[in-house]
Amino acid sequence: MGDSSWSTGLHESRYAYDLIESVHVWALCLFFGLAVMFDLRLLGWTMRSIPVSEVARRLLPWTAVGFVVMVISGALLFSAIPLRSYQNIFFRAKMIMLVLAGLNVWIFHSGVYRRVTTWDLDRITPKAARVAGALSLVLWICIVLSGRMIAYNWFDCDRQPQPAIINFLTSCVPDGSDH
Amino acid sequence: MSLLAFFQWCEQSGIGAAIRRSSWLFPVIEAIHLLGLGMIGGAVLVVDMRLLGLGLRRQSLAQLARDAQRWLIGSLIVMIITGTLLFLSEAIKCYYHAAFWMKMASLFLAIVFTFTVQRKVTRAEEARMSPVWSKVVALVSVALWSGVGIGGRWIGFS
Repeated sequence: MGDSSWSTGLHESRYAYDLIESVHVWALCLFFGLAVMFDLRLLGWTMRSIPVSEVARRLLPWTAVGFVVMVISGALLFSAIPLRSYQNIFFRAKMIMLVLAGLNVWIFHSGVYRRVTTWDLDRITPKAARVAGALSLVLWICIVLSGRMIAYNWFDCDRQPQPAIINFLTSCVPDGSDH
Repeated sequence: MSLLAFFQWCEQSGIGAAIRRSSWLFPVIEAIHLLGLGMIGGAVLVVDMRLLGLGLRRQSLAQLARDAQRWLIGSLIVMIITGTLLFLSEAIKCYYHAAFWMKMASLFLAIVFTFTVQRKVTRAEEARMSPVWSKVVALVSVALWSGVGIGGRWIGFS
């Protein structure tokens, strides 16, 4: 994949990579910002006078839009540096946490959210909703942090020696020669 | 003291030097800065989308703006602290970087606009507010804050 002309072009382009990264950051504000607002509502920390279902109905479609843009721009960024990213410990952590965040969304929507009409304006939201909100908040924060760290990879395969555990987690095969 | 001399003094400050010496301080501060940006994005967008007739619309604008403003100010404080630290570590680079000045100009305008013009709109009686004017205010707000975020991202590109 890294040898394709597309990947090389993106990697070496003066502006394309920077532009896509800017789109990624902009969409982060849309997706992460609104997702956090919803999580804060689930925790009862903001917009308490607005029913949870109303916040969900009005804001979540926009987080979905933001998420699609994040995935597309993220995939493009990945395609510019595929092997390095694949062997990047922060990239791997980010992907695992994305799956966990997805599971959290699924559990929330198929569980406590189904009964939202019974707790829409409760002063204190149900425990399951607060747990989902807190988990989502922590996971998305960690996803953003690890995403930013992908660019500063202290554990890059080319920076040997690394502890065996790191090489195991990143599927690196140090060849022993100096680079 | 000239502006450049001031930037040089910032660059030579102990804090700036400490951040430069560390291999992880800059990335960690930058990552927190990015989280703050995302949070500002959420707080700005809920209000601007409300003004545009997207997103939340049944509740009073004034209440929504009050709710969001707390988070906006909180994240602005985080941004300014982390941003100052990042700046101290590379002040000279910023001095010569167009993106830095573009960002500072957008930031100044965004803050002034949000706390004057936009605040007036969000506190006005909605029935008396022209819908076109509300939308213009929202679009200007989104444009200015986007300038801050994107300008910031471009400081990192040489």
